[in-house]
Amino acid sequence: MNLELLESEIEANVPGCRLEIIPNPSPSAQHSLLINPEHALTIAEFLRDAAHLRFDYCSNVTGIDWPAPESSGKIKLKEMGDGMEQDVEEEIKIQDAGYLEVVYHLYSMEKKHGPVTLRMRTEDRAERVHLPSLTPVWRSADFQEREIFDLYGVVFDGHPDLRRILMWDEFEDHPMRKDYREPDDYEYEPTAHDEVLRKAKQHHSTIV
Amino acid sequence: MTTNTPLPPTAHLSPKPSINSGGTQLLEVSMGPQHPSTHGVFRMDVVLDGERVIKLKPIFGYLHRNHEKIAEDETYLGSMPYTDRLDYFCSITNNWAYALAVETLAGIQVPERAEYLRVITGELTRLQNHACLIGFLTQDMGASGTPLMYAFREREKILDLFEALTGARMMCNYMRFGGCRVDLPAGWLQQAKEVVEAFPRFLDEYESLLASNEILMSRTQGVGVLSKELAVNAGITGPMLRASGVNYDLRKVDKYGIYDRFTFRVPLGDHGDVYDRYMIRLLEMRESVKILQQAMRDIPDGPIMDAKTKIRGFRPKAGEAYGRIEAPKGELGFYLISDGSPNPYRYRVRPPSLINLTVLEDMCLGQNVADVVIILGSVDIVMGEVDR
Repeated sequence: MNLELLESEIEANVPGCRLEIIPNPSPSAQHSLLINPEHALTIAEFLRDAAHLRFDYCSNVTGIDWPAPESSGKIKLKEMGDGMEQDVEEEIKIQDAGYLEVVYHLYSMEKKHGPVTLRMRTEDRAERVHLPSLTPVWRSADFQEREIFDLYGVVFDGHPDLRRILMWDEFEDHPMRKDYREPDDYEYEPTAHDEVLRKAKQHHSTIV
Repeated sequence: MTTNTPLPPTAHLSPKPSINSGGTQLLEVSMGPQHPSTHGVFRMDVVLDGERVIKLKPIFGYLHRNHEKIAEDETYLGSMPYTDRLDYFCSITNNWAYALAVETLAGIQVPERAEYLRVITGELTRLQNHACLIGFLTQDMGASGTPLMYAFREREKILDLFEALTGARMMCNYMRFGGCRVDLPAGWLQQAKEVVEAFPRFLDEYESLLASNEILMSRTQGVGVLSKELAVNAGITGPMLRASGVNYDLRKVDKYGIYDRFTFRVPLGDHGDVYDRYMIRLLEMRESVKILQQAMRDIPDGPIMDAKTKIRGFRPKAGEAYGRIEAPKGELGFYLISDGSPNPYRYRVRPPSLINLTVLEDMCLGQNVADVVIILGSVDIVMGEVDR
């Protein structure tokens, strides 16, 4: 599939959309299309319904976490020392927001071609993590988007049933994020030693 | 027959059964585990109107151990044995899918003999997976164990072959990127030929025993119908898709490995019901036997590993690749992103079992509660792959 051709075709059919080809330097040469979230649904519908494309099958949906690399910089501070104001340089760590990415692999069962890889990016990793759900276009994204919501925290607007799928409902973190820290002790549920012992004693006193 | 009022979207979470307009009380049941391969790790929240299913949500995640996260902390080779544990009935095809993704990512060529070994072991895996499935399915219908034992008898013969070849019966860990781990031991090919030669007899036996059995037909025909359009849109793959009449087999479409060299047909169903899904597996086994006979006839001598491939300390160039194969349960894909380091930056499994469950509710709506058991059985799920 010629990605340049596809790009210009989408741009002609979906007014106002911005596309970018993300090159893939590896021998697989599976390049991908970065699409903007506002037009994602229209683009998806076009890819699915256009008679010569017919990407009716969304095979794989993947979440990826791209935290920005930590960089260090220097800032100048004024500090009081020896009764005088001095200029001091202090090293600080700067962490940019980074972003979360969702990748869709599309194939056509009717025309037997593919893959076309679509990517969408959130604005950051903290607050603005909303992306449109493509489940209304391809039902196969249903569980996979729930998984990404669960493990990465991307909120898919328009998903019919966005709930946690693998982790339990009370779990609060997103374990697939790169900065996720495992708990030191997995047995975080307190066992009621004293309570249990007291009850056991009471029980024994009645039978002894 | 009563009419149903539509349920609120959160009805399956509410513990209180509601009264519908017809006056019958809806019953919410937490159903399962009942399938032999879902012991304790899968259930369904079912809302019933009498015996009829009006809502169903599959609940899983109990077996989740974050396979993908572990693989991102491992080297590329290091996660190969973990792939065995995904679909623990088909460890060899899991190896194959992962190996294929890594080979696509790094541009590795596989020697001729290794390609044949992959086809032979992969198709043997398909035989024993489908044999298990039809055994389980008849067990689900209440055929108290005899057909299951017949299926397991055949599976054992194949597992014996796997044990002789790889040292393990289920967690075979046979493939490496660039080829296969070991070559065939002396006498193995002859033994395998005998097993494959005898296999159609088992299929004949099974078909004459069950395929036109009246009880089996009345329990499965017209039950759990999945339409072509929904199957495609929901990303259903494998025998389940083909039972709905969609001609899509990656061995024909992608022709990965050396599948373009073998003559075989792709069996298709007409109705997309449980019976079709059952028959498709029987028919696919016959095709696998054909492939096996051709592969075992043509296998050349030669190396089984690409000598140039560096397995230990393997560091592919930065980039990404999606590789997929036709696993016995459907499309098994691996999506890998490399940042040039020894471990993958992102390692994603596209599991057929999980995505085939998407339409479980659609297939069960309006059916009797007893049919749910069979419909789930015909999906062919393994929880190691659903939860990962």
